[in-house]
Amino acid sequence: MELDSRIPSGPIEKKWDKARFDMKLVNPANKRKHSIIVVGSGLAGGAAAATLGELGYQVSCFCFQDSPRRAHSIAAQGGINAAKNYQNDGDSIYRLFYDTVKGGDFRAREANVYRLAQISVNIIDQCVAQGVPFAREYGGTLTNRSFGGAQVSRTFYARGQTGQQLLLGAYQALERQVQAGSVTMYARTEMLDLIVIDGRARGIVTRNLVTGEIDTHLADAVILGTGGYGNVFFLSTNAKGSNVTACWRTHKRGALFANPCFTQIHPTCIPVSGEYQSKLTLMSESLRNDGRIWVPQQKGDKRRPDQIPEGERDYYLERRYPSFGNLVPRDVASRNAKAVCDDGHGVGETGLGVYLDFAESIKRLGRNVIEERYGNLFDMYQRITDDDPYKVPMRIYPAIHYTMGGLWVDYHLMSTIPGLFVVGEANFSDHGANRLGASALMQGLSDGYFIVPYTVGDYLASNKFTSVNESHPEVRNAVACAQQTIQKLLAIKGKRTVDSYHRELGKIVWDYCGMSRTAAGLNTAIEQIRALRDEYWENVNVPGSGADLNQSLEKAGRVADFFELAELMCIDARERNESCGGHFREEYQTPEGEAQRDDEKYSYAAAWGYRGYGNYPELVKEPLEFEHVHPSQRSYK
Amino acid sequence: MRVTLKIWRQKGRTDPGKFVSYPMDSANPDMSMLECLDVLNETLTEKGEEPVAFEHDCREGICGSCGFMINGVAHGPQRATTVCQLTMRHFKDGEELVIEPWRAKGFPLIKDLVVDRAAFDRIIAAGGYISVSTGSAPDGNAILISKPVADRSMDAAACIGCGACVAACPNASAALFTGAKIAHLGILPQGKPERDLRAVRLVAQMNEEGFGGCTNIGECMAACPKEIPLEVIAVMNRDYLGGSWRVR
Repeated sequence: MELDSRIPSGPIEKKWDKARFDMKLVNPANKRKHSIIVVGSGLAGGAAAATLGELGYQVSCFCFQDSPRRAHSIAAQGGINAAKNYQNDGDSIYRLFYDTVKGGDFRAREANVYRLAQISVNIIDQCVAQGVPFAREYGGTLTNRSFGGAQVSRTFYARGQTGQQLLLGAYQALERQVQAGSVTMYARTEMLDLIVIDGRARGIVTRNLVTGEIDTHLADAVILGTGGYGNVFFLSTNAKGSNVTACWRTHKRGALFANPCFTQIHPTCIPVSGEYQSKLTLMSESLRNDGRIWVPQQKGDKRRPDQIPEGERDYYLERRYPSFGNLVPRDVASRNAKAVCDDGHGVGETGLGVYLDFAESIKRLGRNVIEERYGNLFDMYQRITDDDPYKVPMRIYPAIHYTMGGLWVDYHLMSTIPGLFVVGEANFSDHGANRLGASALMQGLSDGYFIVPYTVGDYLASNKFTSVNESHPEVRNAVACAQQTIQKLLAIKGKRTVDSYHRELGKIVWDYCGMSRTAAGLNTAIEQIRALRDEYWENVNVPGSGADLNQSLEKAGRVADFFELAELMCIDARERNESCGGHFREEYQTPEGEAQRDDEKYSYAAAWGYRGYGNYPELVKEPLEFEHVHPSQRSYK
Repeated sequence: MRVTLKIWRQKGRTDPGKFVSYPMDSANPDMSMLECLDVLNETLTEKGEEPVAFEHDCREGICGSCGFMINGVAHGPQRATTVCQLTMRHFKDGEELVIEPWRAKGFPLIKDLVVDRAAFDRIIAAGGYISVSTGSAPDGNAILISKPVADRSMDAAACIGCGACVAACPNASAALFTGAKIAHLGILPQGKPERDLRAVRLVAQMNEEGFGGCTNIGECMAACPKEIPLEVIAVMNRDYLGGSWRVR
């Protein structure tokens, strides 16, 4: 199989213009004759559904939550990047493009990233017009902050709740279309399979999570905006419901899955406190702007932080990376935290934690300034840990946060199944091997508001659509598959709960395919995952029936898919004999312990094709060419 | 620590419901209320019983999915905290916690602690937005907004739509929720053109959904995990009155 990324020809700054001009348009009067399914209602899916509705298409939008406003985009805290250069500090579209390609450790597609940087400025305008209450200067203009490794201030924010406010903007735009009749919203509805007819995506199979009914929905195109797969680790910063099921089952229907091993560990999360822990809580990376990270110089130092004198502290990021200091990118910050803890300098009961200290900033800026900037985050920290971060340094540790891998898409955001588009975190994205802070919101909204509405139109205008109905054999087959999986899970009636398996799976993936990886460890992981999966299908206990609200059954289906994804992640990580971004293979590092890429052999996106469970998947490579940002060893020294 | 969870169990909307007591010996002061329910559900599943259905997702207090009454208080005793972030250290060893769903005509019950809050979506759909289609926005800095105005707008926009305000209100009024949206958008220059219409439509839909009237008791604000100020209801009333006159 050959991958055609459909990157337009011409100079990089003209590619998107050219692509838009070359696209066929759907006659305004014909738009209402086309139906489009959007799965997911977060920033990418919600924005796409709203915009397609505005354009006049018949849109059906699906989410598993009780309301589209609950999508996990809502939890993003820090902000959204845009190359507005409002701060006059030398930012530009080219600089945002450059930073993103470099930050992604040269494993992203240049043309996509350039387009993302171009569109970033339109996103801010759109969101302001929708009433998103971004932070302002006293003169009334928008304010910015520097964020996560950027040396310019290009991040727009709404307190520590930027994701919430952007999502509410998209949600309100979506509800406006619901009211107008152009979008039909299906909440509490989970996609279980993709319907492919004559090689094209033509619909989905869903389960109504309240009544248990299995339904089919048919359309001319399907858009997935179903988020990332960080919950494969069980403990992550994702919402409990976030899952890979829509993407995975689509993968099994033929869509290639790219770079699954590119997962992002966020450096600033509240450390794990006990066996019962159900999720990890993120503390926004913006905290690193004013907090200083340190550990005691002496191993196993159990003194209280305020009793450790300045001279006996190791501000290890400032020491190792004098020019970026505490603001090094996420992968670098996370790996360094793990290294100092593995070396015995970690703090807290478990020794898996480092200090994030605001004492100096409070002294310099005053408590009220810190409160204004991070008040809600400090409150959240105190609620969870019972410590007051205004007085005692926070304890933080890395946790899984975002997944750069996802379904492979071309420049049009179309997967290898024609008519199936993938947006936001669900696609393999523009972030390469590592995402920079405040770039996820940018990408989700860029895909949803400004890219997919055009490219779907081009697809609809370029193809003829025969009508299909429920009696088509492919529809019946997809429904039967979904029903069989449910019946099978309910019939096992084994001894162990779904969560107990999920926790065990997550530990395997964290230990062997988490912050650092080795070929031997990945081999072990693959064996363990397979054995656990086999046991799961014989011994899991799913109580209740399929005919009503059954949260155990919902989880059981999702965990079944996580098992298969976990194996592919390990295969992908084992195949990539280099370190890049979030993928750190211990065998491949510089003498100073930094990630060592191998551009000659691995400058490609690894897109995997499904060949049946137990069969080795097919690897298809999309070579990456860098004409503008020359691959170099990332240096934040 | 030990606690007893006395939980409302109800299979479906039309089935009879009842409280069932579950002694919990393995609670831990650092676990969240929802993690305590997780532990209970694991035990119930192992015994072959159906676990307690409850809604939750982000577990960071921002998605608004979770929420139930604990000893008659929406989201429990800790101020400005959703049940997902409420840790067990706020309860006494040996305490009995009475846990029941939001109870309001506007929120029909689905199962156990899960209720249907789709009425909130319909209130927003009635006009809780600024009508600006993608692509038609001016430059972000073309609209100047003074910092205090942006801050007040943000105070109201912080609403997570959990429904605690309705559950806490003796009249099951949705005035705090509806007022928060009217205040969030109405104070901004971008929101002004539709301010009258928005207030009239949102209030009409709120009434349509069967929520009760507001009698200024203030329980909603006390229960609100985001501490939405009661003033938003005054803003709603003023905009509604003015709007009803101007929009006719």
